[in-house]
Amino acid sequence: MLLGKTITQLRSLIEKKEITSKEVKEYFLKRIKKFNPALNAFLTLNDVEDKSIGDRMLGIPLAVKDNFCTKNLRTTASSKVLDNFIPPYESTVTQKLKNAGAYIIGKTNMDAWAHGSSTETSDYGPTKNPWDITRSPGGSSGGTAAAVSAYLAPGGIGSETAGSIRQPASWSGIVGLKPTYGRVSRFGVIAMGSSLDCPGPLTLTIEDAAYLLSLIAGKDIQDATSSPLPIEDYVTQMKKKKTYTIGISDDYFEGLDTDVAKALQNSIDIFKKLGFKTKKVKLLSPNYAISVYTIIQRAEVMSNLARYDGIRYGNERTMFGTEAKRRVMLGTYTLSYGYYDAFYKKAQKVRTLIIEDFKRVFKDVDFIIGTPTPITALKLGEFSKYPFFGELMDKFNEPGAMAGIPAISVPVGLDRNNLPIGMQLMANYFHESDILNASYQFEKETNFFDVIKKGVARYRD
Amino acid sequence: MKTYQPVIGLEIHVELKTQTGMFCQCKVNQFDAKPNTHVCPVCLGLPGALPVPNKQAIEWTIKIGQALNCAINKHTKFDRKHYSYPDLPKGYQISQYDEPVAVGGHVSFEANYGTYKNEKRSFRIHRVHLEEDTGKLTHSGEDTLIDFNRSGTPLVEIVTEPDFTTSDDVKMFLEELHTIIRYLDVSDADMEKGTMRMEPNISVREILNPKSQNPNKPQITNFKLPSYKVEVKNINSFNFVKKAIDYEVKRHIEQLEQGKTPLQETRGWDSYKNITYSQRSKEEAHDYRYFPEPDIPPFEFSAEYIESIRKTLPELPQPKMFRFINKLKLKPIDAFTLTRGKEMSEYYEKAMSKINSLKSDINVKSEKLGQEIANFIINKKISIKLPIEDFVKRAVEMIQPIETDIKLLDEIVQKVISANQKSVSDYKSGKQNAIMFLVGQVMREMRGKADANTVISKLKEMLK
Repeated sequence: MLLGKTITQLRSLIEKKEITSKEVKEYFLKRIKKFNPALNAFLTLNDVEDKSIGDRMLGIPLAVKDNFCTKNLRTTASSKVLDNFIPPYESTVTQKLKNAGAYIIGKTNMDAWAHGSSTETSDYGPTKNPWDITRSPGGSSGGTAAAVSAYLAPGGIGSETAGSIRQPASWSGIVGLKPTYGRVSRFGVIAMGSSLDCPGPLTLTIEDAAYLLSLIAGKDIQDATSSPLPIEDYVTQMKKKKTYTIGISDDYFEGLDTDVAKALQNSIDIFKKLGFKTKKVKLLSPNYAISVYTIIQRAEVMSNLARYDGIRYGNERTMFGTEAKRRVMLGTYTLSYGYYDAFYKKAQKVRTLIIEDFKRVFKDVDFIIGTPTPITALKLGEFSKYPFFGELMDKFNEPGAMAGIPAISVPVGLDRNNLPIGMQLMANYFHESDILNASYQFEKETNFFDVIKKGVARYRD
Repeated sequence: MKTYQPVIGLEIHVELKTQTGMFCQCKVNQFDAKPNTHVCPVCLGLPGALPVPNKQAIEWTIKIGQALNCAINKHTKFDRKHYSYPDLPKGYQISQYDEPVAVGGHVSFEANYGTYKNEKRSFRIHRVHLEEDTGKLTHSGEDTLIDFNRSGTPLVEIVTEPDFTTSDDVKMFLEELHTIIRYLDVSDADMEKGTMRMEPNISVREILNPKSQNPNKPQITNFKLPSYKVEVKNINSFNFVKKAIDYEVKRHIEQLEQGKTPLQETRGWDSYKNITYSQRSKEEAHDYRYFPEPDIPPFEFSAEYIESIRKTLPELPQPKMFRFINKLKLKPIDAFTLTRGKEMSEYYEKAMSKINSLKSDINVKSEKLGQEIANFIINKKISIKLPIEDFVKRAVEMIQPIETDIKLLDEIVQKVISANQKSVSDYKSGKQNAIMFLVGQVMREMRGKADANTVISKLKEMLK
């Protein structure tokens, strides 16, 4: 009876007293018990007493990526270095969710330290894609994506540095929203690339994404990079009928799998049918973003991992996995005396160009359309075969991440292997309302080609 | 014989006395607190914690820069400085690299003021920047304990140009700087507590043509710095700085005499043995891998904002000293002494303004008033711990000539002379001091209600 119910629907059922919060919680715990052993989406379940403070979320459970510090609840970032870390404080995002009455049902698996795009670098084993457990759900927020896709939670929270929400949402066949950098507080999120990191929701519907965003967004006095711009009523804004101009840049259609390309073309046609205009635009090649992203992110990773020096948290630096070690080495190199100008400084200059490039294009169009990932879910084991494979796979996500603009990934069909295909819309800074509005119209028109419905249906009670 | 000249620059760290931390809300400067009782996720560097800069600390750093005649950068930012040490919980210190708060100033002052050696001095300030202090390590037996209470205390670093050639100049400069900081009221600059710490960078160069140069006045603009320098870390007394410099200069000259170049290294100061010792050589020097702190957006200060801070600058010790000399007609040495302490000089000024408002009621020559009050304070005749009203009351009593009852004085002088014939004959036989005994006797009989000068002249008159 509850299978596939969205957060919005569950709230309504609880409000009408057709079901209790406790029943909802127990329902999901039962499902986690049943399906998690095969999927490995959750690392830690919340057995701490549920003390909901607010009432808007009515105790509805959410899956939260394991890089959000949760007070008294183990938080590992999927690294054995933090195997026993129980935070003494709460991240702003989880605090806001708790304040709204949500229940953090558990902490989800991810690439260790969010280093990866497949959840395979987790020290606790990979998460499996609910559509095909021989495949990756994507990453690094793969645990949350798989949990929502298989309906082990009606929604969840992930974080993205460059693609870590959009790409697993795409591969797992759900909705993933990456807000503008600074729209959602990073306080209490175990840092990967501090100038890029961005928490966001992964959900079954656009309305749920808008709703969760409205709960977690806003200025945080504990995060100096959070924006003071007032947040909007995303759910209301989303439902106003508007038409937009969609920008199409050829560079964002290069090297796509044919099924993905076809699904994207079909999506453009649907937007046209909805009355949207399209316009060809010329953007910097996303290939530049790969190098820029790699240099800046590695430098920040080196810095952010320096605190795990073996003195605190109970584990030595030898517990770092191969990927973390590689990134620390590269970051150290690019920032070394004599190399800074050639790498980091140059990368920052190109980053400025990327930002200017987007600002220029967003004077003419409302969105840039594309896909978060040129192919659908890969088999487990593929990523580790090629160094920087993740960086190459995420090339359509990296320019937006470098610029800090918002973007969404929504399902637009299945490929020949019955695997979900994602479409992404990128917009100008703080235009989350517009992204949600357009996506909501698309959802109403297509119901996402029943991708989400089919995904959930694979995991019957 | 070759002539050598020391080349010395200084790095000075000053902990600001803000209420809260540089990047967190913890109470700082809690010197007597139990270890690790004033800590939070931010100053402990816990995973996910983020720094939020302290506005007061930034404004105070601007103020220090202005007091040291620096230009204030309109664009400034924080950077991460990476090194690994147990007292540094994040593995990097949030500091400033290429855009410090203030650059290019100078400290100019009168050296040895009021003495025959009196000379002007001016030393250039390279930069002033803001960073966070580290935790504190305590070694006990096999164990090293870490106290993070100090972690995240706002810390200002002041760097001079290598303008010093003598340890005496260094000491005088540091005393002047210390006085300025105390005047600004932004730090206790208490060396015992470690809220002011000093690091001299020392090298010695050979002067090839000594006659063309006055070794006391280096040509600071146009010479090549020696190829090495030795940094002596974390000294907490002006005297130790002087001793460390003297020790190093002698050591370097000995090596240079043997045709060797002293090793570039970091050394420590052993205040028991009065020697420096090697801590870290150049090969072990850190590559700090600086990059802009992504957690804190850069700052843009408007000219108005910077000027509004300048308006809060108090009168600094040197201008105050000259005002005391020129306006209040104090002896230079006394003006210098009084202005060394902000509290003392402020107390003096308060006392003076109170006394001036009473002037019409008291009978005292006004041109000497300032100096007399200064004398009371400097010679500790009256404690400046007294409430200002009590101080003024006592001072007025001491300044005012005492009304002498002449009739009574005549009687008592007669009485004292006849009762002390021995002293009278001593005086008459030429022992001038003998009169002081008689003065004392008269004063006692008068119960102090007589002006000493009147008593002396009366006695002299009677003994003629």
